[in-house]
Amino acid sequence: MTLASPAAGPPRAPASSPGDVAVRLVDVSAGYGTRVALANASLVIPSGSLLAVIGPNGAGKSTLLKTIAGLLRPFSGTVEVLGGPPGKEAKQIAYVPQAEMVDWAFPVTVGDVVMMGRVPLIGVGRSPRAEDRAAVHEALELVSMADAMDRQVGALSGGQRRRVFLARALAAKPDLYLLDEPVTGVDVTTQEDLMDILELETRAGRTVVATTHDLACAAHRFHQAAFVNGRIVATGSADLVMDPAILEATYGGHVIVLPAGERTVIDDAHHHDDAPGGERHFHDQAR
Amino acid sequence: MIDFLVDPLTYGFMQRGLVAAILVGIVCAVMGAFVVLRGLAFIGDAVSHAAFPGLVISYLLGIPLYIGASVAAVGTALAIATVSRRGGLRFDTAVGVLFAGMFAFGILLFSTIEDYVSDLFSYLLGNILGITFADIVQVGILGGIVVLIVAVLRKEFLYASFDPSGAAASGLPVQALDYLLLGLMGVTIVVSIQAVGIILVVAMLVTPAATGQLLVVRFWDLVRIAIVVAIVSAVSGLYLSFYLNVASGASIVLVETLLFVLALLFSPRSGWITRRRAVVDPAMA
Repeated sequence: MTLASPAAGPPRAPASSPGDVAVRLVDVSAGYGTRVALANASLVIPSGSLLAVIGPNGAGKSTLLKTIAGLLRPFSGTVEVLGGPPGKEAKQIAYVPQAEMVDWAFPVTVGDVVMMGRVPLIGVGRSPRAEDRAAVHEALELVSMADAMDRQVGALSGGQRRRVFLARALAAKPDLYLLDEPVTGVDVTTQEDLMDILELETRAGRTVVATTHDLACAAHRFHQAAFVNGRIVATGSADLVMDPAILEATYGGHVIVLPAGERTVIDDAHHHDDAPGGERHFHDQAR
Repeated sequence: MIDFLVDPLTYGFMQRGLVAAILVGIVCAVMGAFVVLRGLAFIGDAVSHAAFPGLVISYLLGIPLYIGASVAAVGTALAIATVSRRGGLRFDTAVGVLFAGMFAFGILLFSTIEDYVSDLFSYLLGNILGITFADIVQVGILGGIVVLIVAVLRKEFLYASFDPSGAAASGLPVQALDYLLLGLMGVTIVVSIQAVGIILVVAMLVTPAATGQLLVVRFWDLVRIAIVVAIVSAVSGLYLSFYLNVASGASIVLVETLLFVLALLFSPRSGWITRRRAVVDPAMA
């Protein structure tokens, strides 16, 4: 596919200058009810990062994302997002939940879903303006779904649904993308397309934080990685995915790392009970 | 044929009944779209039953019935939301407990009124042909407020219903919108009770919107279809009740149910009969 350059749309001020911090967590503990899912997490995410959040199921990946999004109030610690407390710059944040959190029978079309990204910008009681329709169209073009504008989202394939939800995030023109499993259960072409788009966004100074189960994708397509298992195990370059010691610490006894010639086979046996359809048991990872 | 249509309208109670049934139908259809898509049907049923003690207390105190019923209905809706948010119980369990408890309380109060049997019947099953002009004004004002609020917040309600976490992260006050939606549902139920009664209100809320969901893929098209179903059912149900001399609320609900079944069988996109052909239709593939 051809990618429109980010400059093709209406001009936007640079989201940030190099060295800015998009997200800062200091000693954050968060969870649900009284259960702590993520303990004592400290993390600095510079603007322009393309960060993969990696870990087994129940490790606190989604908790981390929701805490940054302002959806979960942490039990303790401080969270700073785009220079303020979580929720303050909400219009600059696009959050995309896991696919299974969405009711796909809901009667909305692809165009309706992407327009939802514009809702906070349009304002209460107003109808979408020409610029909102343009932003929706541009976002759908970027994810190659403009032809599907009037189809019900439930009629789409899993990969197409992820494209549409990324388009919703793009239409909001945010500074910070928080994406829960954006490439889980999608075909290779879709994964490459979506990662190309996200990479372009980060080059324009915007920040992407995405959870993923796909270690190969994390290693090859992301720039930074945070390893999570109830706490933050390690952070750094995405190359750390290749480090057996870090994987061991992240997946505990549940990961088997087999350096088999040119390939590393990783079995993170944790997350298969509730994994979305199509996810493989073994993640074959080319090295 | 003209006589057939005009004759009933020479009666004042039929004129008032028709206007009331159409107004109630429209408000229920609009709210019903959210009730169906949010899975609130059971809560709607619970809230209408919970309105009963409010009605009885208003009756005993001699204040307008809407006031007591509204307090009881909206209060129960918000109590259910709160219990489900922070209680350790399954949601439907909490609803079942509140629902039966409130209804029993209403019956207990009602049994203290002498000669209660016939009155009880009209509360439970509605009496749209006994509606007064003042009632219609109340239905018009309360229903108008509900529809106006939904119209102003239409985008926000839709986003918060489809993807609450995405909406909340982008700055929409999703929790407040949820409470508001339940409160509006409570008001809608109260204004509908006089038309169709406590037991059948849930059908007015759910059936037209469910019919719409079978037929179209866009939310606001669904609302439009629900409104059309509600108006057609209100008018034809009342005529049926006039000529067959049967209960008016039940007639309206049965016409709605019939339209729903027709949509279930013959919907171009999901009908049980029509869809078999659609499998080989490349446009649907």
